[in-house]
Amino acid sequence: MRSIPRPQRRAVALISGGLDSLLAARVVQEQGIHVEGVNFFTGFCVEGHTHAIRDRKHEKPKRNNALWVAEQLGIKLHVIDISEDYKDVVLHPRHGYGQNLNPCLDCKIFMVGKTLELGLIDDLDFDFVLTGEVIGQRPKSQRRETMPIIARESGANDRLLRPLCALNLPPTLPEREGWVNRDQLFGFHGRSRKPQMELAEKFGFSDYAQPAGGCCFLTDETYSNKLRDLWQAQDSRDYQLDDIMLLKIGRHIRPRPRFKLIIGREEGENRFLAGYRKQFTHLAVTNYPGPLALIDGNPTTTDIELAARIVARYSQGRAADKLLVTVTSVTGVTRDIEVTPMAPNELEPSWHVGS
Amino acid sequence: MSAPNLPLKIVDARGLLCPLPVIRTQERIKQLAPGTILKVLATDPGSLEDIPAWCRVHGHTVLETKREHHDIQLVIRVSD
Repeated sequence: MRSIPRPQRRAVALISGGLDSLLAARVVQEQGIHVEGVNFFTGFCVEGHTHAIRDRKHEKPKRNNALWVAEQLGIKLHVIDISEDYKDVVLHPRHGYGQNLNPCLDCKIFMVGKTLELGLIDDLDFDFVLTGEVIGQRPKSQRRETMPIIARESGANDRLLRPLCALNLPPTLPEREGWVNRDQLFGFHGRSRKPQMELAEKFGFSDYAQPAGGCCFLTDETYSNKLRDLWQAQDSRDYQLDDIMLLKIGRHIRPRPRFKLIIGREEGENRFLAGYRKQFTHLAVTNYPGPLALIDGNPTTTDIELAARIVARYSQGRAADKLLVTVTSVTGVTRDIEVTPMAPNELEPSWHVGS
Repeated sequence: MSAPNLPLKIVDARGLLCPLPVIRTQERIKQLAPGTILKVLATDPGSLEDIPAWCRVHGHTVLETKREHHDIQLVIRVSD
């Protein structure tokens, strides 16, 4: 008598591009489960952005780690833009912030929930979700107490499997139903990376990403300070995607509460800022090589002159007595003003946003 | 390799940073029938690596990649 073959179970893995999610997905793949990946774009992702903006003629091309992981695993990767919905997570984290403005626990809950909400499980008929979480790995979001919170508040409940630390948690539905063999899962815990590195070696992964500061700009102190400054200046805790992209690049100098300058630091940044010329009044030194600068806010005529002196200070004409700065409005009206470049000791350290 | 002479669908991802060109390409391909030829316009140099990588994991074929100064163009044939 022929037995009826069991249907192949299907899982969707949250793929950050780091080692843990790579291993978690491979552990489940090893048990014959069909795995596909999902990777979310929040707008705050470190992945690639500053690299793409800054001139990189001396750098080798940088890969997208989530796509690299998908290729290593031989799985499809669904890259999803959640930047608009993610605002609420950043602005109103129910569980508060972790390091700097990182809403890490709410972020994980949101991403697991979004995987369900997007219909990935229904449309693609997935049986469960898996993540690379490890108890004790992160001080805010990856703790024994937070694991059930993420499962419950995301709506995934016992369809959320953490293959790397499953042995430290109660059995989930995929384990109880025998879709995956619990004995072949792991009980990793704590901040040590050694067990993961050993498992990576066993699977033959050697070129995986080892991000030093996480994958989110919100964990970065300077970036978080710039975001707070933005909220303070506009007198409201809100942002647009362009705002948070611009916070990633250039010098941000706020000489007066009513405006700040975003000054390109090299050719790539100048080129990126040039894409915003129709949205911001912008300045450039006319008779010397120098940066492009955007003005964000509502400067007075006197402020514009002050801004021009600051921009001149970052040009190659900084030692000149006088130079010309072209000021262009958002409607394209230009005027040249003659200014003396600001001396270094005139530039107040407190004007530098983020530091 | 040159693209066959077929009507093109176009994604304009110029000015967007990765992974947005990948996301726009993915969203468009979801609406297209197998065999359709899609042209992607982009400016982020990462598109030259990321879009072909995304196509490889989803089984789509990149027929052509071209870069002239800061303008990037990829031609993709949508798979089943």
